[in-house]
Amino acid sequence: MLADALRSRPAGLDEALALIDGLDDALVHGLARIDEDRAAALESFAAAFTGSPLAGRVSDSIGKVVAGTVTDDHVAVLAGARSALTGAVHDALLAGLDEALGRVREPWAAPAGPAHSGQVLAGGRSWLRELAIAGWRGVDHELANGGAQVVSALLADPAGRRLAVLLDGFSAELRCAAPVATLDRVPVRRWADLWSRAVLLSQETFPAHEAAPADGRFLLLGVDLHEHPTVFRAQAHGLLESPGGGVRLVRTSVAAAKVDTISGPSAWRMLSAFPVFRAALAGQRVVELSGMPLTPGGDLLWDESRAAVGEPADPFAAARVRLGGVSAPAVAPLDRHPAAIAEPVLLEGYTAGEGSFDLGGVTLAVDSDRLPEAGPLTPALVAASTACLGLLRWDGGRWAVQPLAVQATVRKKPVTVHTADWALGPTEAKAAKAEATAGTAVEVLRERAGRLLRR
Amino acid sequence: MTSESDAYERRSAAPVIAPVRPRKLAKVPFVELSEGRLQGVVSSGSDVERVYVSSITAGDHGLSCNTNNNRPCGGLSGGTRACNHLRALAEAAVAQYGLDRVARYLRVTLPDGAGDLWSGLHTTTAPNRAAEVFSGFLRHLAYLEVPPTADPLPELQWFPAAGAVR
Ligand SMILES: [Zn+2]
Repeated sequence: MLADALRSRPAGLDEALALIDGLDDALVHGLARIDEDRAAALESFAAAFTGSPLAGRVSDSIGKVVAGTVTDDHVAVLAGARSALTGAVHDALLAGLDEALGRVREPWAAPAGPAHSGQVLAGGRSWLRELAIAGWRGVDHELANGGAQVVSALLADPAGRRLAVLLDGFSAELRCAAPVATLDRVPVRRWADLWSRAVLLSQETFPAHEAAPADGRFLLLGVDLHEHPTVFRAQAHGLLESPGGGVRLVRTSVAAAKVDTISGPSAWRMLSAFPVFRAALAGQRVVELSGMPLTPGGDLLWDESRAAVGEPADPFAAARVRLGGVSAPAVAPLDRHPAAIAEPVLLEGYTAGEGSFDLGGVTLAVDSDRLPEAGPLTPALVAASTACLGLLRWDGGRWAVQPLAVQATVRKKPVTVHTADWALGPTEAKAAKAEATAGTAVEVLRERAGRLLRR
Repeated sequence: MTSESDAYERRSAAPVIAPVRPRKLAKVPFVELSEGRLQGVVSSGSDVERVYVSSITAGDHGLSCNTNNNRPCGGLSGGTRACNHLRALAEAAVAQYGLDRVARYLRVTLPDGAGDLWSGLHTTTAPNRAAEVFSGFLRHLAYLEVPPTADPLPELQWFPAAGAVR
């Protein structure tokens, strides 16, 4: 069943991706330089919306852009239309996967709450418009730096954090790649993704959604780690057993601001404000939740005061018993994107090869780029594994599994390794020594900040 | 179908920034390749309240070194022979980014088998950029004071944690 879903390509997938590529290619050279080929691709993009509620605005905006006028409004329509297409791709892929896994997806029913406001967003929009006009190939040091002021202002406001973290990661890549004119290869899909998500998030009308308090037991399945130069985040995937008896997939995460020289296992030090969270992850312990806010998209907004650590509970055992037929959270309409799919699965009975698992009937790639230095899981352990808890992801035209934990045989002994085993510091002597040395970076920078920032 | 040749171009998670290597920060707390310069902050050997702000421009390899209070560095004194601060800066940059990446950014052609940057640098003098580099350092430090968050931050799916250089 799963093999069929991983092998099949939903109808219309390639056509939808080709339309997305047409817009993305226009962003490489910039909306100020639309040649005949790129104009034709943009017109096909617009034509795809014929008969949809977006049709009029998309064709009008594309017409204006091709004629040489690019306003904030046109940019917003392009990003919105692109997200409708990535949303459709997401839905087709996820529906096939849900069916194969017997996963019951909750429908989205949350009303849109009040949205964000302010001058800061206008600053973000104007930088994003300049980027689109210049195109990635036109990004020089000055344009790449243009997002810095917006990021500083957004970071000062908790409601601006989501956009701040995105813009900061995106602009760091542009700064690193500038001048892009001389770059060998441009990450076309990636930058168009980041750009269009940022455009949507900088609209005053981007919806916020209310969270509701949840009680129950959180059983950990696995932990995914995220990072760019100025953020480190641990995101736990798990099962929420409600007092009423229901079981559903949820996520919960904590993120800290950092700098590029803090990376690897010592990045966990930046999450020192969350001892309960880290202890639960490091020891694979049950967490008893009392009134922890849960969003309609299945994210528990972690609050240390609403969590109590309980007994250790083996994630593999939890997955074997509870993961089949579990109910899965709805996806917020504007978060639907193939690259945002990260579905927890338990894989067993496969043959592990070099960088892939043979599931019988399909070879599933292992996403080794997502085995973080901050944890003990290595490609060698994955290759020696007999069971794997991981996230199914779709990127670059195919499915892959990102391992979060494996059961393996090392020197004839069974071992179980999880990405967050080092949440309280490395448990292995050599790594612990390296962490102690690297960790002094955190102390040095804190001391400097104390001396220089409060003058 | 996505072909092998354009796989990088059509990947949402295509890697762009190579992870930096860990290094000791006490002597050179801040290094960056930015705005066409290798620039950073070097601690003073004698005074904890003072730092030197040093930079090397890409292409013409213009040197600049001043204190954070904008006094010129006595070791460089407007010349083209690198002071100890510039040497420490270059050493830290190589430790953090690797020699190849620093050389490429500064547009340095290294002689075969060169172990350090200086053998390929033909230095000139450059205008003082201490004020902007130092404010960049303060912005850098300010990240350590930003409160942590439990916001779900959906866009972080595009940013996997740095993999080990195994
Ligand atoms: Zn000097």
